[in-house]
Amino acid sequence: MLWAVATVTFFAVRLIPGDPAEAILGGPGSQTSPEALAAVRVEYGLDQPVLVQYLQQLGRLATGDLGRSYALNMDVGPLVFSQLGGTLLLAVLSLGVAWLIALLLATWSTGRGRLAARIGSGLEIVGAALPHFWLATTLIVVFSVWWGVLPPISTADARGLVLPVATLAIPLAGFLGQVMRESLNTALESPFVLSARARGESDRGVLWRHALRHAALPAISLSGWAFGSLISGAVVVETIFARPGLGRTLLNAVTVRDVPVVVGVVMVVALAYILMTIVTDLASSLADPRPTEHGNGALS
Amino acid sequence: MSELEIQASATGPGAGRAPASARGGFGRMRVTVMELAAVLVAVLLLTAAIFPRLLAPGDPLAIDPLAAFGAPSWEHWFGTDESGRDIYTRVVDGARDSLLIGLTATLIGLGLGAVLGTIAGTLGAAVDFTVNRFLEVLFAFPGLLLALLFILVFGPGPGSAIVAVGLSTAPGYARIIRAQLLRVRSSAFVEAATVQGLGRGRILARHILPNTLAPLLVLGTLGIGQAIVWAAALSYLGLGAQPPAAEWGAMLSAGRTYITSAWWMSFFPGLFIVLTAVCATTLGRSIERRMRHA
Repeated sequence: MLWAVATVTFFAVRLIPGDPAEAILGGPGSQTSPEALAAVRVEYGLDQPVLVQYLQQLGRLATGDLGRSYALNMDVGPLVFSQLGGTLLLAVLSLGVAWLIALLLATWSTGRGRLAARIGSGLEIVGAALPHFWLATTLIVVFSVWWGVLPPISTADARGLVLPVATLAIPLAGFLGQVMRESLNTALESPFVLSARARGESDRGVLWRHALRHAALPAISLSGWAFGSLISGAVVVETIFARPGLGRTLLNAVTVRDVPVVVGVVMVVALAYILMTIVTDLASSLADPRPTEHGNGALS
Repeated sequence: MSELEIQASATGPGAGRAPASARGGFGRMRVTVMELAAVLVAVLLLTAAIFPRLLAPGDPLAIDPLAAFGAPSWEHWFGTDESGRDIYTRVVDGARDSLLIGLTATLIGLGLGAVLGTIAGTLGAAVDFTVNRFLEVLFAFPGLLLALLFILVFGPGPGSAIVAVGLSTAPGYARIIRAQLLRVRSSAFVEAATVQGLGRGRILARHILPNTLAPLLVLGTLGIGQAIVWAAALSYLGLGAQPPAAEWGAMLSAGRTYITSAWWMSFFPGLFIVLTAVCATTLGRSIERRMRHA
């Protein structure tokens, strides 16, 4: 899988018009001598045939070497991993907060009549439609400029995390909530809920002990996708809140066409994404043991 | 309520097929307030896109330095920007570009997705396997990542932002179209057509494709909102349409510099992105609901 990602990025990058050696020495238009260009080509291995470069890159990747940045003159590996922590913290916190909001909203608004359901699903649709960049600027205006309670740029302490996390969590909560509400309603109408009611289970008991597990399933399997969207959301959020992290590094690298950094970040994100997909698969089989227990239908 | 529905579906096939209010086809379902509002907003947005001067008679580029950074007022509903240009006029004027970008990107994504999905769904197991692996690789670049990679290769600009957004939505569409194709192919009416001795091409053209393409309308409508948001995000990051243009993402980006003193510069363009996205989602949902009950 990672090999395929590496191959796609390698050949995509080969499509870039212009000479990479020129890019390293300050972009097209910079008056560079042929000797300097040749030296750079040798230094970065650009004088080799394409196939050799491809194999060399795969070999380096296999040993964890992500190459050297064109623009920052430092190795990509340490650069990417120094930025990884901040983004992961942001993504994991946002995922957690989003889950919490979605869960509260879905459980609050089901079984409380039409109006509550309408309010709930309305909030979710609007939440899901909020773009990160607009939500972030609006939050900054309200909480930093008008009320002055939270810093507009992300400081190292917890207060600086509130706005970025809220920006990422609110739209995601909208998505998760929509999915959760739909499956919660399906679950509440299924026969096992009826039988639980017949046994004298209370409304709350039915909701929390029986239906919620079913409602959580699609949302859990969605979390892998959610994580991916959080990382791409981090590009925007980290830029707005001036927060160090993978997203901002990626944007800067794309803007100055720093190919090795882009490839490095993409590889790390793909790796994290694949890992996250595996984790969500495990989590859904924990919440729903059916496929593993030979059709026992463990609907507890 | 729910018990009633269970009973209804238990009394026999057909009895519980659809609630009474939903029976009777496409046009006769009750229109909700949300749907009405969405249609209204859609009409307004389309008017703004096609005849901007009808809603905002002013010139979106007219500069009035004395009125710079004006807060929202009767004269300037949405305030003015750093050169005194009227934000309301510019927002109305930006509708055309923003909608066009969203529409084009969605069409590119749907088109690519349809081609990939159809290839995978009709040309046999080996092709299906290959296309699926390819899609899985593309799925490993979540969200905007594929778009950023594309922009790295082809450089920033409005054109490449559109293609980039279309490209990064294509794998999702391809996967849904393929699943839909496979479901339709194994359905009873296709089996019946095969038994009747119809040719492969005829079955594909007359029976499978029409039933696969109908859901595309829903996907497309839902997708436009997403595409507009992504394209605006790219413009916001300085990789799509550039600031002098009255595109909503670019306007937001220009307003970012003055966020502490002139919030209206970024608030209103963003509000319209949100409105458009909510409108597209609501319309897509309601088309989906009507199709299911038709």
